[in-house]
Amino acid sequence: MTPKALFAATATAALLLALPAKAADLTIGFSQIGSESGWRAAETSVSKQEATKRKVNLKIADAQQKQENQIKAIRSFIAQNVDAIFLAPVVSTGWDSVLKEAKEAKIPVVLLDRDIDPSGKELYLTAVTSDSVHEGEVAGDWLAKTVGNKACSIVELQGTVGASVAANRKKGFDTAIAKHANLKVVRSQTGDFTRAKGKEVMESFIKAEGGGKSICAVYAHNDDMMVGAIQAMKEAGLKPGKDILTVSIDAVPDIFKAMAAGEANATVELTPNMAGPALDAIAAFKDKGTVPPKWIQTESKLYTAADDPQKIYDSKKGLGY
Amino acid sequence: MTALLPRRGLAQILALIVILAVDRVVSPQFFDLRLQDGRLFGSLIDVLNRGTPVALLSLGMVLVIATRGIDLSVGAIMAISGAIAASLADSHGLPVVLAAALGAGLVCGLWNGFLVAVLGMQPIVATLILMVAGRGIAQLITEGRIVTFSSPDLVWLGNGAILGLPVPVAIALGMLILTGAVVRGSALGLLIEATGGNARASELAGVGTRAMILSVYVWCGVCAALAGVIAAADIMGADANNAGLWLELDAILAVVIGGTSLFGGRFSLVLAVLGALIIQTMNTGILLSGYPPEFNLLVKAVVVLAVLLLQSPKFSGLAGIAARLRRTKA
Repeated sequence: MTPKALFAATATAALLLALPAKAADLTIGFSQIGSESGWRAAETSVSKQEATKRKVNLKIADAQQKQENQIKAIRSFIAQNVDAIFLAPVVSTGWDSVLKEAKEAKIPVVLLDRDIDPSGKELYLTAVTSDSVHEGEVAGDWLAKTVGNKACSIVELQGTVGASVAANRKKGFDTAIAKHANLKVVRSQTGDFTRAKGKEVMESFIKAEGGGKSICAVYAHNDDMMVGAIQAMKEAGLKPGKDILTVSIDAVPDIFKAMAAGEANATVELTPNMAGPALDAIAAFKDKGTVPPKWIQTESKLYTAADDPQKIYDSKKGLGY
Repeated sequence: MTALLPRRGLAQILALIVILAVDRVVSPQFFDLRLQDGRLFGSLIDVLNRGTPVALLSLGMVLVIATRGIDLSVGAIMAISGAIAASLADSHGLPVVLAAALGAGLVCGLWNGFLVAVLGMQPIVATLILMVAGRGIAQLITEGRIVTFSSPDLVWLGNGAILGLPVPVAIALGMLILTGAVVRGSALGLLIEATGGNARASELAGVGTRAMILSVYVWCGVCAALAGVIAAADIMGADANNAGLWLELDAILAVVIGGTSLFGGRFSLVLAVLGALIIQTMNTGILLSGYPPEFNLLVKAVVVLAVLLLQSPKFSGLAGIAARLRRTKA
């Protein structure tokens, strides 16, 4: 083979390889917070799945819970001239200058899961987040519907005091049950979003409410606290899911396990699929120039025992929750 | 200096009685006890059971503090041992699980002891390293998830009962007696106190201060590991992000409430455990009271302040000083 022929062959091969790669759409940089919780890990794995489904090249940068790492990652995405940047902001302030750089480079930024402070609204394309007030409402509506006209004393396991998610989930639930005079929250205490505290607080609720006989339902701001509360009820000789109704939020795999065993009744999903809607919005923006609304609300889906919890458990447990 | 009947425990016992009485007021069924599935059931049992992790931590912490040290890493060690226990529980027998988890605590204690006793680092800095890194190690073991298990042996350790008493409470009691027998049944306790009182003088007098310091950190690590296993067994899972979080501070508080000075030189095991019980009696009372959770920390701070003031000899003399000052002015 002459050098000339070799060159021609290599060039053809390179062209053949390059062409489909060029056609294979977008490269998107995703600055993820880090592995702060099981939900976060699930969000990362679902984002990868959604990107693969749409043949998008998703580059994930793990910031290890540090804003400076996220800013570095965004700068490096800008330098690589990616088509779009996804950002799950670890804090809500201090993004102005780096987002301006992205704007000047004409790279659209989509916020995932969390919003940033109002001054920066024009600096990003859209934010894909869940409405935690709405999550509380969905939980409250389910309970009101299930209980019917019976009088029902509810005990509430709150999230960490001062966390906005906890305040919102409480507000939404309170709004939903305010329409029903027969539903009343009789005790409410923080379980810090953890299993251990959820169990401890539920133990005290049971003692304070005459061995748990007067409790008709438990509402927990997350599933982990509910898993702890379920153990406390079982140890007290009560039957969670039957004697006492349970409704919580997040839809982590273990609550489906409890649901399959008949020990939990309902959960409202905080979907780990924030990337899916974000990818769709970016695709529409790039193809047709459709500007998405400033806020894309994810669905707060309700799951009960009727939804084949075992199957959902099997599908969710591999996501890294 | 007495092992089981503390001479100077009056303030603590008084504080416990007062808090119990307050609990009885906010929750009339506080002293009710009944049997549920072969296990005693009631708020008093909750206090003992929930107080176990901090009581175990304080058993190790009080010895460390007696040598004029401090161990900030106990919460992180709980997370590590819990993570190890939960990861091994469904594939190995209880002896292996316990050996691995407690062994990890021992290694952590050795590390702390090495930094303090051999390299001469200040205890607060030396143990801060493991406090930060340890939780990371635990998260690596669990891969950031809550690792659950169903091994009935390990679950029994958290939720079982011996003669009606929850297993964790029995374990804590056993550890108290064991630790008491070792340090007060021999001259060991005295040597630890000597090390804390004046390390240089003790060294010159022939006390192996380095060995003393090393061994108290090891014991502290083992106690913390045991607390971690119990905490994991309790919720049938290891939550590396939250297990033992901030409990190092509760353990130090328990030791201080128990009248042990942070300057070292003397200690009481029984009073440290009593301190842990005072903290938990208060926590359980707050949960039973039905006050909004925003008040939890405030109530806790006020009660702790009151208990510490009760113990302070200066505070009781304060009235006298004020009177004297007034006299001088006049």
